[in-house]
Amino acid sequence: MQILRTVSRIPYYVLITVEFLFKKVVFRCHMCGQCVLQFTGFTCPMRCPKQLRDGPCGGTRENSHCEVYPERKCIWAMIYARSRFIHRTHKLEVIQFTIDWRLENTSSWINYFSGRDGQREFKRNLKRQAKAAAVGQGA
Amino acid sequence: MKASSNLEKVLTAGQFAVTGEIGPPKSVDAQLIRDKARLLRGAVDAANITDNQTAIVRVCSMAAAKIVLEEGVEPVMQMTCRDRNRIALQSDILGAAALGIKNILCLSGDHQTLGNQPDAKGAYDIDSIQFVRVAVRMRNEGKLLCGEELRNTKKADLLPPRIFVGAAANPFAPPLDFRILRLAKKVAAGADFIQTQTIFDMNLFKRWLGKIVDAGLHEKVAILGGVMPVKSHKALTYMKESVAGMSIPDELIKRMEQASDPKEEGVKVCVELIQQLRELTGLRGVHISTVEWESIIPEVAKRAGLLPRPAPGESSPSETLSA
Repeated sequence: MQILRTVSRIPYYVLITVEFLFKKVVFRCHMCGQCVLQFTGFTCPMRCPKQLRDGPCGGTRENSHCEVYPERKCIWAMIYARSRFIHRTHKLEVIQFTIDWRLENTSSWINYFSGRDGQREFKRNLKRQAKAAAVGQGA
Repeated sequence: MKASSNLEKVLTAGQFAVTGEIGPPKSVDAQLIRDKARLLRGAVDAANITDNQTAIVRVCSMAAAKIVLEEGVEPVMQMTCRDRNRIALQSDILGAAALGIKNILCLSGDHQTLGNQPDAKGAYDIDSIQFVRVAVRMRNEGKLLCGEELRNTKKADLLPPRIFVGAAANPFAPPLDFRILRLAKKVAAGADFIQTQTIFDMNLFKRWLGKIVDAGLHEKVAILGGVMPVKSHKALTYMKESVAGMSIPDELIKRMEQASDPKEEGVKVCVELIQQLRELTGLRGVHISTVEWESIIPEVAKRAGLLPRPAPGESSPSETLSA
């Protein structure tokens, strides 16, 4: 029956390979399994050596390069430049949820739609908070 | 009062706060920590205890903070996300609070490849902003990140750690506009005080502070400007070349180079800087850090007119007035 189990998992392997190849080529994805590209100007923050998801550390060099890899540009400088270019800097104001490391190397697409990474709930909460804040300001 | 720490009392009383910095030794030299603490006693409101700075192994910040506390100086325990995952971070907050440490400073930490263990695996489980939020939630709600409450048994009392939570800000590293947004995030996460990167470039700092004041962030958080007395122009040149995220004007290096007594000139530069900082709106204190030169901090504080410091536990003038 092992063979049946393996066969039944083929669609998953195909999907995760497609996702990985697509994201690796386009975003240099690190397969954290809980994609936040929509918040970060469609630039993967996991390329940061410290894997910061809320903004740059204090070590960015004067030429906007990384403190760890002097030849590379700071990924957060890129995120900020791109977010400004596409007018999405307001997305950077969100304090990100903490990473669930159990989801590393799994499909972010499946995790998103199945609700396993809690990201849809996180977004719902953000909207609720924004609404509450707007009501608070109005009153 | 959130933590009733000395630093919190000074800041709430509206006084100009002074913090120092003690670097723990690279060996088991408890006496050295005691000596450094004694030097700072009475000269600062609290002293930062660095946490394996520049990723070089030293006495851990919690142990050093406890020793400093025993010497009658209030510590600000620095904690980096480099060496601890979320379990260790939360456990160390509880441990620090149990030892009577009342201030913590949440940092990302210098990357491990820049230190003496470049082959190490960094934790970087959560980032410094998330860490601030975790620490503040532990204090305010008595809850861990997972939502569990801080009680020993179901019926026991809720025992949250009473800590004053700080964070760092670097006004000089690009992208400069993002730095404001990042500080706003730290404030939104609940930070009580902010210590900035060492200031040498006053113009750049004023520009940053202006934007902070425009955004109204200085009212929500106490910002302490970082200053550093340097011994020679070589130290400045070294920092300019090798320490990322620093802005050092060439005029300053030239001034230090031309000075007949560089050490004296270094102190003078630092004192002048503090006096300029005191006049700025939006700044609530200074943080005096040194590179292995803790003995000069009282001298700098004295010459900048920051002494005497309000005694620990002394009721603040505003409280006395209202009483």
